[in-house]
Amino acid sequence: MSNLLDLLVAGLATGAIYALVAVGFTLLWQTSQTINFAQGEFVMLPAFLMLALMHAGAPFWLAIILGILLSLLLLGLGFKLLLVDPMLRHGVLPLAIATMALAIGMKEAVKQFFSAEASPFPSIVPAGDISILGRVVSLQSLGVLALAIAVVIGLTALLNRTSIGHQMQATAQNPTVARIIGVPVERMILLTFLINAFLVALASLLITPIYLAKFSSGEVLGQAAFIAAIVGGFNQVRGAIAGGLLIGVVDNLAAAYVSTQYRAAVPLVLLIVIILFRPQGLLGRPEERTV
Amino acid sequence: MTVKGKYLRIALGIVVIGALIIVPMNFNRYGLYILSQWAVMTIAAMGLNLTLGYAGQVSLAQGAFVGIGAYAAAIMTTQGMPLIAALSVAVVLCFAIGWILGYPALRVQHHYLAFVTLAFSTLAFLVFRNEDWLTKGIYGISNIPRPNVMGFATNRPLPFYYFCLGSLGIVSLAMWWLIRSPWGRAFIALRENPVRALSLGIDTRRYTLMAFAIGSALGGVAGTLYAPLTQYIDPVPFNLSLSLDLLMMVIVGGSGFFFGPFLGAMIAVLLPEWLRFTQGYYLMLYAVAVMLLLIYSPTGILGILDRYLAARRTKAASALRAVTKSKLETAS
Repeated sequence: MSNLLDLLVAGLATGAIYALVAVGFTLLWQTSQTINFAQGEFVMLPAFLMLALMHAGAPFWLAIILGILLSLLLLGLGFKLLLVDPMLRHGVLPLAIATMALAIGMKEAVKQFFSAEASPFPSIVPAGDISILGRVVSLQSLGVLALAIAVVIGLTALLNRTSIGHQMQATAQNPTVARIIGVPVERMILLTFLINAFLVALASLLITPIYLAKFSSGEVLGQAAFIAAIVGGFNQVRGAIAGGLLIGVVDNLAAAYVSTQYRAAVPLVLLIVIILFRPQGLLGRPEERTV
Repeated sequence: MTVKGKYLRIALGIVVIGALIIVPMNFNRYGLYILSQWAVMTIAAMGLNLTLGYAGQVSLAQGAFVGIGAYAAAIMTTQGMPLIAALSVAVVLCFAIGWILGYPALRVQHHYLAFVTLAFSTLAFLVFRNEDWLTKGIYGISNIPRPNVMGFATNRPLPFYYFCLGSLGIVSLAMWWLIRSPWGRAFIALRENPVRALSLGIDTRRYTLMAFAIGSALGGVAGTLYAPLTQYIDPVPFNLSLSLDLLMMVIVGGSGFFFGPFLGAMIAVLLPEWLRFTQGYYLMLYAVAVMLLLIYSPTGILGILDRYLAARRTKAASALRAVTKSKLETAS
């Protein structure tokens, strides 16, 4: 029983990070039909940007701020202007393939210019344990969970409570009508790319202290976020959040109770079952874009 | 197509085939290995091109089918059975699995097939890695024998390259026939307009499954060649990135074009080798090249050619129109 609680906390913490990545993923899909196969690498890169800044002599807090700004510039603005904009009108598939190539390029660039070895990364949450109700819980897990939840709440508030959020949702649901009623659609799409860049930078900051900074670490993460987005509902932000948390917990429980060898299989089986019986995802709406 | 154009095409085909046979004769071991790999990957990419380019179904599991074929070949030939037996097992197995895996695609819209196949791809990798009793797990299977073809041993690199090239030739002919058969036309109808295809009396369910299953079976064929080519297999080459690579080959070459997979596999297998002189940068440059190509022409390399030919045809047609018009004017 006590073991189960630890697993749940750890699962929710990784799940919350998956949720951040998955939310960015669904936002891109909703506003611009971009299936970003490089999303995992997008999480891998900011940690290396921050490490590079620290090697250049910047203190940790400055490296974080500059790293996030650089991510916004490269992974938000640059990604949209250089890759998505020229390719978007040619359909979903060529762009998806181009992001696969981007993923290879990013991995190789980090391997070549930084290091092929895993590098340690400082944690923004102090290490150590605290006891809650007589249970010892890792401070890092709790910190990650708290921060991720804060971001998710902030994002949901932005989307549902503010005028900009409503305009973004209008853009996602029907760009043509949104344009007619005066929503600056282009600016809203750019904004979702920037939000995605911010989310992946944050996820990078939270997950890298746990799993180390490695050029290939994006592969597992990207797939987890991808599965989370589909399981939760590809066209719903809250679906992606639920999917992320669920995958995180399921993954951790599977590692403990099924087998370490097949732990990765459990989320995949979940994915197949969901697609067969509830293709729109747990919280998603059925897609209306049929023909 | 004019008669002259037709002869030009046949001549070009003969030159290319002749070059593929003669030029590698004095290649070294590594060069032949790379060329054989190109032939094998082309077969797998052709299968995917049938599924994606002709029938319009996105599959992210082609690499897993190559893996199934490779393991079938490795397990059976190391037990002393002939490669042809392994080939039949691989084809039947991949066809059946492809057929079953296609069912979810019928229930939901097309990008969900991509998700299901993505999950399958990773599951297959886990089975290759974890089922030690069958696949020897991470240690892999070594000493995979190369086959005797009609009494000729193909142990040396050159004969084995010819074996791969010959297999590619047979598969190409079969594919050429398939896409010109009523089945092939049905596949294209499926891609272009599924609703209309259905209303014309095409059994879209059966043809979707069929396209996916045949494409997967070709992945199995490629796998049975891959195992004797490398003579050692472990699970690593058959992870998700092989499926993604194969998808990239089809799109980069030009999906829906017969020769697309040939060019796509050439880019994916040979371009990194040519860029090797840049050392650590070669995969990076390869990725940048693929992105630039797709930005310039999202329909792949053959898409560029297609556009150029179409533009020339329109030009010729409008020139002809202008001539006729001026003739008519002078006549009146």
